[in-house]
Amino acid sequence: MIETHLPALIALNFLVFALLIPLFGIWKRAVCQPLAVTGTGISTALSLYGFLSVLNDQPLRYFFGAWQPPVGIEFVYDGLSAFVVLVINVVAFIVLIHSKHVAIGEFAQKQMAYYSLVMLMMLGFNGMVLTGDLFNLYVFLEISSLSAYALIAIGEKGAPFAAFRYLIIGTAGGTFYLLGLAFLYTVTGTLNLIDMAAMLPELADNRAVVTALILMVVGIGVKAALFPMHGWLPDSYTYASSTSSALIAPIGTKVAAYVLIRIMLFLFGIELIDLVVPISTIVGILACIGILYGSIMAIAQNELKRMLAYSSVSQIGYILMGISLANPFGFIGAVLHILNHAIMKATLFMVSANLRMKEGHSDISLFDHTYRKKYPLTMLSFTVAAISMVGLPPLAGFFSKWYLVLGTVDANNWLFLVVILASSLLNAVYFFRILEKVYMSNPNSEVEASDETSPMDEVKPSMLYTTLTFAVALLLIGIFNVAIVSMISSMFPGGL
Amino acid sequence: MEPTFVPLYAVLVSLLAVPLILLSSSRPNVREFWTILAGFIKFGLILSLLPTALAGNSVELTIIELAPGLPLLLKADPFGIYFAVIASGLWIFTSFYSIGYMRGAGEKKQSRYFASFAVCLSATIGIAFSGNLLTFIVFYEMLTLATYPLVIHKENRKAIDAGRKYLSYTLTAGLLLIASAAIIYNLTGTLDFRPGGIFNDVHVSGPLMLTTFLLFLGAVGVKAGIMPIHSWLPAAMAAPTPVSALLHAVAVVKSGVFGVIRMTGYIFGTDVMTAFSLNDIMLVIAGTTILVASLLAFRQDNLKRRLAYSTVGHLSYIVLGVALITPLGMTGAVMHIAAHATMKITLFFCAGAIYVNLHKENISDLDGIAKVMPWTMGAFVIGSLGLAGIPPLNGFLSKWHLAAGTLEGEMIIPVIILVVSGLLNVGYFFPIIYRAYFKTGDSSLDNHTEASPFMVVPLVSTAILSILFGLFPNLFFNFYDLAQLIAFTLFNGG
Repeated sequence: MIETHLPALIALNFLVFALLIPLFGIWKRAVCQPLAVTGTGISTALSLYGFLSVLNDQPLRYFFGAWQPPVGIEFVYDGLSAFVVLVINVVAFIVLIHSKHVAIGEFAQKQMAYYSLVMLMMLGFNGMVLTGDLFNLYVFLEISSLSAYALIAIGEKGAPFAAFRYLIIGTAGGTFYLLGLAFLYTVTGTLNLIDMAAMLPELADNRAVVTALILMVVGIGVKAALFPMHGWLPDSYTYASSTSSALIAPIGTKVAAYVLIRIMLFLFGIELIDLVVPISTIVGILACIGILYGSIMAIAQNELKRMLAYSSVSQIGYILMGISLANPFGFIGAVLHILNHAIMKATLFMVSANLRMKEGHSDISLFDHTYRKKYPLTMLSFTVAAISMVGLPPLAGFFSKWYLVLGTVDANNWLFLVVILASSLLNAVYFFRILEKVYMSNPNSEVEASDETSPMDEVKPSMLYTTLTFAVALLLIGIFNVAIVSMISSMFPGGL
Repeated sequence: MEPTFVPLYAVLVSLLAVPLILLSSSRPNVREFWTILAGFIKFGLILSLLPTALAGNSVELTIIELAPGLPLLLKADPFGIYFAVIASGLWIFTSFYSIGYMRGAGEKKQSRYFASFAVCLSATIGIAFSGNLLTFIVFYEMLTLATYPLVIHKENRKAIDAGRKYLSYTLTAGLLLIASAAIIYNLTGTLDFRPGGIFNDVHVSGPLMLTTFLLFLGAVGVKAGIMPIHSWLPAAMAAPTPVSALLHAVAVVKSGVFGVIRMTGYIFGTDVMTAFSLNDIMLVIAGTTILVASLLAFRQDNLKRRLAYSTVGHLSYIVLGVALITPLGMTGAVMHIAAHATMKITLFFCAGAIYVNLHKENISDLDGIAKVMPWTMGAFVIGSLGLAGIPPLNGFLSKWHLAAGTLEGEMIIPVIILVVSGLLNVGYFFPIIYRAYFKTGDSSLDNHTEASPFMVVPLVSTAILSILFGLFPNLFFNFYDLAQLIAFTLFNGG
């Protein structure tokens, strides 16, 4: 019973909890967060179970109401979707545990709405990953986007405006996608991804199909913050509540990147994607510009969250570059980086939440060496995540970089190679700038710093240990990446 | 004990000491005990591998797969064991010396210092025992990171700037290494270190080969201090002197030249090097570096900076010896790793002892100090004579082989460079000795005696070692036989 309905259960479980939370939340506000954690926990457990069984088994196609496509809607539970669903649910699970005291501190009155919206957003993200129907994907895209707009609006002073801006840009992106899909539907008469993929080889040079491809890539590119459509992202991540940033930053753009993988490598496929317009080359070059632009802008920031936001623009470029390489190593690098970057960015945003909780700000220019004494474990997590972002072995970030580098060499694409390597250095610049401040006494200050003045003053265990868990995970993923990579190798789209 | 696990234990032992060092930070004597204990165990473990090396065999251990088909492979081959013996042996001397220096100079954050030092040694032994290039990268980056806290130890403006410079050079080097490793893997399908190289059966176009080689040379060349990418090394002298002594004269920079030899003999292979004239590039760079560094050394009044430029020059002796692609040249290069290590560590120990004892850093202030610090200056004389290549010190022996290797390769310019550089060495060391022995010091020397025995005993010991290894090159560790064996396998296949 569970096996056959698993894909639907993973996603719809969030809908159940999205309704349960207001129901019980009216009665008692304190149950909202535990309910959200429980809901995500159930889906995490289901997706873990499903991931392990789908590895040994055939991909599972789940037809809603037993209606066969192209009439009915289907969920496709294959290795790739199972993997991404697992990643986003695990990350959300940990971040939600971490969120308890942040929520009380930053928006105690709005907890019920907040957690209910989180559940809806997760429903949207899970649905986007699982669905095999391109129109259904649009529906889930809008569910997740609308919830995300609302979540971002719950934040600092600038948040509503940032959310409004995101709403305008995001809606435009969604509309582009829908428009592209409409073109495809008129040509093929189906909305089912697998069906459509089978028909496209006949129609690949049809002008409507080419237009559709461009529109869909642009539309999803907005959601993925593909340069130059990233404009909504820095403000949104900066002004949103710390815990929303920690939740949306690791997951949101990754899901969009996953949709791009589906459209570019599965729907159109390597054979067709560049047939008329060199779309993957264009995406790759935009990714390169985004990587460099994001890193350079990150160096210029003084607010930790804003720096991390720009760093996200840069890191999403790694994933898109891997997709555009369209070779096995590039694919491995991209999918592995979905996991790695989700965990790295979650760790870093959680650290910024921890610092805001204790210091009331996350302004890098005010960081000093007392942090090392006051928050040793939080700063340790930060250091691990930062070194992983720079891409030093044996941490996770090194390996996604390694596979991407192999991919660029395999494709003889020297430009991409140089960009990846240059970006690592830029990452080092903006992370070591912080590490210097935290681990060294200020060389310009006249007063001799005494070590005894700052006793340890860590955040609450629920925040501390979740942050640490991710830091440890980065080490483990790095060391045991071969296990993950061999799974990814079984997810290759056809023709790779 | 299973011999196959010895390389792993040798890498891990100093890493395991790190938590112990940090936990006993409030009791310095206990803390230093852990360092010394780890040092002796490490050295003992590595010595137990020496018979294997002398028999020409290797001990191999796969830890885990890092990437499909690319394991984290520890392989203690003769060359690795040779380097590991030097690094771990000198760590023991440095540990004793560090105690005297750090306490004498009243340095702060000593726990961080000793902990980072232990990590550095793990990384160095890891580099020595790396069985493939990916493992090498892992430890190479680990060494970069672990050295950083030592470079910035004093946390003043100068140290932090030096740290930034150090990181920007070495992190860039790491990236070049990753790029070249990716290209090599793409071309050959393996990253193993094999005597004779892995390129022999692969057809590669000239420009691609040249690019790969230059990326690799840039990567290992940064730590080997070849010009023009050497300037982090003089800057890194901002670190406490034991760091300069062990890391910036032995472990880190020798990891660089170790990488040069691995690249030449074990990745590209001697045949490919000559077929694509890659060694000519190395010859030109090394020759230029030797001369320019020796000349620059004259201009330094700061004693440690002069020693640093001397190190840059002597590292290129080794690169030069490798680039000759002759068995004798290779033997000389390998021998100079040990020779320069014992001599240069002595000189840095002396510089540190003078600094802690008399608070003098500049050569122009050293007038008459030999009367106050006879043992230290005696050791200094031995070290500098050795570096100038005067018999019977061990510096002579390696230089002799380098010169012989040049003639074996029917070249003449490298011999001239070696001779001129020898004279320049005399030139920049002599003023120091002259000031110390023949000028009379001012009143600042009154009431001062020799430095603490923690510093003097190690520096005299390493000076004596330089003499002993010059007279009996096979004493204790059979370094001479090992060097010949290593060179032989590189030219005749494994």
